[in-house]
Order: sequence, then structure tokens, then C-alpha cells
Amino acid sequence: MRPSPRLPLAIAAAIVTGLAVGLLRADWTAAALAAVGGTVAALLARPVREAIADAGPAAPTEPALAAVLDAVADPVLVLTGGRVTLANAAARALLGAHVVGEDARVAIRHPDAAEALAADEPRDLEIAGLGARDRLWRLVAATGGDMRVVTLHDRTDNAAAERMRVDFVANASHELRTPLASIIGYAETLADEAGDDPDLRRRFLRIVGDEARRMQRLVEDLLSLSRIEADKYRLPDQPLDLALLIEEVCAEFAAAGDPRAGDVACTVDPDLPPVTGDRAQLSQLLHNLVGNAMKYGRPGTPVIVTAGRHRGGVRVAVADRGDGVAAEHLPRLTERFYRIDAGRSRTVGGTGLGLAIVKHIAERHRGRLDLQSTLGVGTTIAVTFPAAESAVIKG
Amino acid sequence: MATPPSSARHGRYPRIGNPSLIHHPVKALDTDIGQLRGLVAQMGGLAEEAIAKAMQALGRADLALAEEVRAADAAIDLLEAEVERLAVRIIALRAPLSGELREVVAAMKIASVVERIGDYAKNIARRIPQIEGEHRIEPVSIIPAMGRMAGEMVRDALDAFGARDADAALSVCESDRALDDFYDSIFRTLVTYMVENPATISQVAHLLFVAKNLERIGDHATNVAEMVYYAATGNQLADRGTQGVK
Repeated sequence: MRPSPRLPLAIAAAIVTGLAVGLLRADWTAAALAAVGGTVAALLARPVREAIADAGPAAPTEPALAAVLDAVADPVLVLTGGRVTLANAAARALLGAHVVGEDARVAIRHPDAAEALAADEPRDLEIAGLGARDRLWRLVAATGGDMRVVTLHDRTDNAAAERMRVDFVANASHELRTPLASIIGYAETLADEAGDDPDLRRRFLRIVGDEARRMQRLVEDLLSLSRIEADKYRLPDQPLDLALLIEEVCAEFAAAGDPRAGDVACTVDPDLPPVTGDRAQLSQLLHNLVGNAMKYGRPGTPVIVTAGRHRGGVRVAVADRGDGVAAEHLPRLTERFYRIDAGRSRTVGGTGLGLAIVKHIAERHRGRLDLQSTLGVGTTIAVTFPAAESAVIKG
Repeated sequence: MATPPSSARHGRYPRIGNPSLIHHPVKALDTDIGQLRGLVAQMGGLAEEAIAKAMQALGRADLALAEEVRAADAAIDLLEAEVERLAVRIIALRAPLSGELREVVAAMKIASVVERIGDYAKNIARRIPQIEGEHRIEPVSIIPAMGRMAGEMVRDALDAFGARDADAALSVCESDRALDDFYDSIFRTLVTYMVENPATISQVAHLLFVAKNLERIGDHATNVAEMVYYAATGNQLADRGTQGVK
């Protein structure tokens, strides 16, 4: 609120009047004149000062700048003349509060970093081991005036994901190469001497056929997986009745003449809420679960499929009676190509990808996958899907 | 220059608790000591890398990497000479006193210890071609774990140096015991292996030397830690007697 200029003017007027009337003594005159002059100056100065203040915000002060940098999540260092002149909160947390004022090399000892920061043109580089042994960072250096600004970006997760991708490609190639080697071997033998003996020929051709079909199953699963992953972020939109879908899948197994199709027993609650989903994918999920149960359950024992309400959604469970899975393997069952018994898996025609596909489909449908098993008794795998928004059901 | 309270567990310039987040260097001695510490840290980084690469080369039987380690040792030696020159200059031209003098002397001694750590890493690398024979011998696989332990001691000692942290320095000294025990156990394993596989005696003998070098690296990391403690507190570590210069 602007103070009124009336009071200083009144004082000035009183002093002038006093001078005129001669009431003020002579040696007070100089003081009085100074007071008048000062009052006038004060009257003028305030409007000027306020005008300057209205011109706009001042540049950030040192504490304000530090506060802004502290709000940045990535560690940031400012280097002047090779010393750390500023470190934000994230940098102090990672490297220690003592780095402020130290030489850059004391803050980051990695030899490549020292070289990169000292160079005329600062370079970016990857360094490992800051903070914890296996953390990977990307160091980005930029020049600002006569300062170097260093930002660190945590690349640990990216590196882990990249490693997993590389491993997957290696594993998939290996899985394909093994049956391929068989096919080539037997084909060559047939071309030579074995082709003449009809029994041998029949046997070898059967093996070639089996191996080729194994490769075909694997390629189908790989394609499935890649398709599902491509759709990862597109939510499915068909309202479906899971009860009908389960019936269909069971019928398909029976029609294919699977010897264990008769062991499958379905118990479906009558009033299941509809679920939003991708028909083909959910059918594949059910196929994989029931198929697994039939492969790994003991012959003659039932494969029990249940579907019921669960917390507003639908829970579909497939249970087998078999050898079961040990606790240490359970969390890894959905890993691609993870097998407890590789030989057995191959014998029953497994690709190693069945549960990985189930997991991805469940995730795309925002469902929750639940694996339970007791050694010597059996395994139950359940997926709980959230209910659909709309009430319209398509078959 | 006023002497700071010697009860501080951190060093001469207690930045922890310093409310100013932006550093303004004040005098020439500050700048010189900063440069000195930067050089020591740089040497330390190179020594740490040498140990890690030597272990990697051993594990992978990577002769090219081993040669890299051997050649890179020259840089560490050059830096040590530079540290010495700078330290002497500081003492002559700036006449540091008390805590600052301790810092300069400690930096010089630490540099010479780090140079020896680098030498041990180089010697490990030089043995790798002799360890690789026709077949990969099993005992090679137990060495990298000891290498990791020794490397961590060096890293912790250098971190303590950077932070002027006397407590962290103490922890390094305490972890030497575990490394020595590890060495004893590896020694027994290697000797047993040699007795049972006499054809591999020559290769395994080199492995014994590698393990010994790692144990010496651990000892040197302890030396670095002792000097960090001394520079920060003015006291020698307890088991070496209690005389100290304040």
C-alpha cells in the first residue's frame, strides 16, 4: 500500500512557515533546509523505486537456483575450472555431499569420465559402478559459458532389458537349431544308404516329420508372442462370455482326438460377468493352460477347469494331478524357455513358451496370474480377469 | 589460518553441514590442494580399473585385455611423479601448516601406495598368459571373487579419501581380516589341487602368486585408509600406537 505523501508535505510546509515567521533560530536554518530537501527527495524517490520494481521479476538468486536444481531428479554437477561448484540433491545423494568444492576427479573417479570432462569438447559416455556395483549410468556433459554441466542418467534398467532381449534371441535360435540339425542329419542319411531299407526309411521320415512339427510349433509360439507384445498397449475391446469360450476350447481338444480330452472336467459358475477381451488370445491362453495340464498331469487323472466370480471379476483356474512343481521353480515358470526337465518337456512336445504367452496375454487383459503347486500332488494355474464395463455379451 | 577443532571426525574443511550449496574457492592453497586431491583420485580410478580389468582378463583368458592392463600402468606411474612434484611445490611455496600440511603429506604417501597397487594389478596381468594352458584349470574360477573383495577395499579406501571420512577409513582396515582369511582358504585349495593334479603345478603356481598379489592389494588399501584417518584426525590408528601430531 503506497503511503500517502501528505505527511511529508505537511512537515515541509510547517518548516517553511517556521522559517518565514522567524520562529526557528538561525542555527537551525541549515538543518531545516536539509529537512525540506530530504523530504522532497524522499517524495520523488519512492515513485521511481516503485516504478523499477513494477518492471518485472528479478533474476533467480543463488538459493533459488540451487532449489530449482534440487528439484531435478537426475544427479547434476556444475564444474568450473575442473572443480565441482554446484551439486544438486540427487548428485549429493549419489556421490556424497563432500563433492561440492572438490576436484571433478574426486567426485567421479572413473578414468574415462575424467578424460571426457577434461577434454575441450565434452563427450557423453557410459560408466558403471557409481552408487552401486552394477548400476549403469550415462554421463552427459555440456558447456555453459565457462562452466561444464554434467548430468547423470540411470541406465541400469535399460541395460538389464537389453541383456534379456539378447538372451532371448540366443535361446530361441538354439531351440530352432537343435531340431534343424536332426532334420538335416536324417535327411542326409536317407539320401545315402538308409533310403534303401523301407523300415529304416519309414522310421527316419517319421523323425524328420516330428522334428519339423516341433519347429513349426516353436515358430507359431514365437509369432504369437511377438504379436501379443506388439499389441501390449492396446486394450482389448470385445465383451466375451468366458463360460462359452471354455466350452469351445474343451470341444476343440475332443475334436482333435486328444487321448486325454475325456479327462477334462469343467465347472463354470452360471452367472459369470462378461469380460472385455481379445477372443483369439483368450482362446489361446485357455488352450495353453489346459494343454499343459494334460501334458504334465498323470494319465487318467482329471484336469479340472473352473470359472467363478472373484472380487467382481472372473477367476479361471486349471488344475492337474501330477508331479507338481518345486517352490524354487514356481516364480520362473513364466520365463521364456525355462524348463524344469528339458528332456521331458521335449518328449511331450513343449516349446518352452507356453506359460510366457499365458503371462503376456493375462497382462494385456489386466488380469492377474497365480501359480500354485504341491510336489507329488499337482499344480493349479489361475488367471483373474476384471469384469467388463458394458453389459452386452457377444458369444 | 585458524585451526579447526580437532575433534571433528571429518577432515579439515567440514563441508557436511556447510549451508552454502555453491562453492566459492577462496585461496591459492585451496586450489593447489584441490588439484593434488584430484590427481590422487585420478590415480585411484586408474588403479581400480586395472584390478577390475585384470580379473576380467583372467576369467575370460583374454590376453589382449591383459596386455592393455600391463601397458596402462605407465600412466599411473606418471601421475605419481606429478603428485610428488606438486606436493613439494605446495610445501615450498605455500608453507601449509598443521591440518593442511597433514593433507599434503598424506596425499603424497597415498599416491605412492596407489602406484604400488597399480603395479600389483600389472603383475597379475603379466601372469595371465602363463596360467592359460591347453585346458582351462578349475581353480581359476575362485580367484575373481577374491579380486572383487580386494577391489572393493580399494574403492572404499578411495571413497574415504574423497570424503575425508575417518569412520569409513576404519571400516576398510577392519575388512582386511576377511580378505586375509579368504587368501588362506584359496592357498589351501590351490595347494591341494596341485598335489592332485601335478601336471598343472606350473600354472597353479602362477595362480598362487595372483592370489598373493590380491592379498597385498588389500594390505595397501588398508595403508591408504590409515593415511586418510591420519590426515582427517591427526591421530595414527590405534593398533599402531597413539602418538599423533595435532
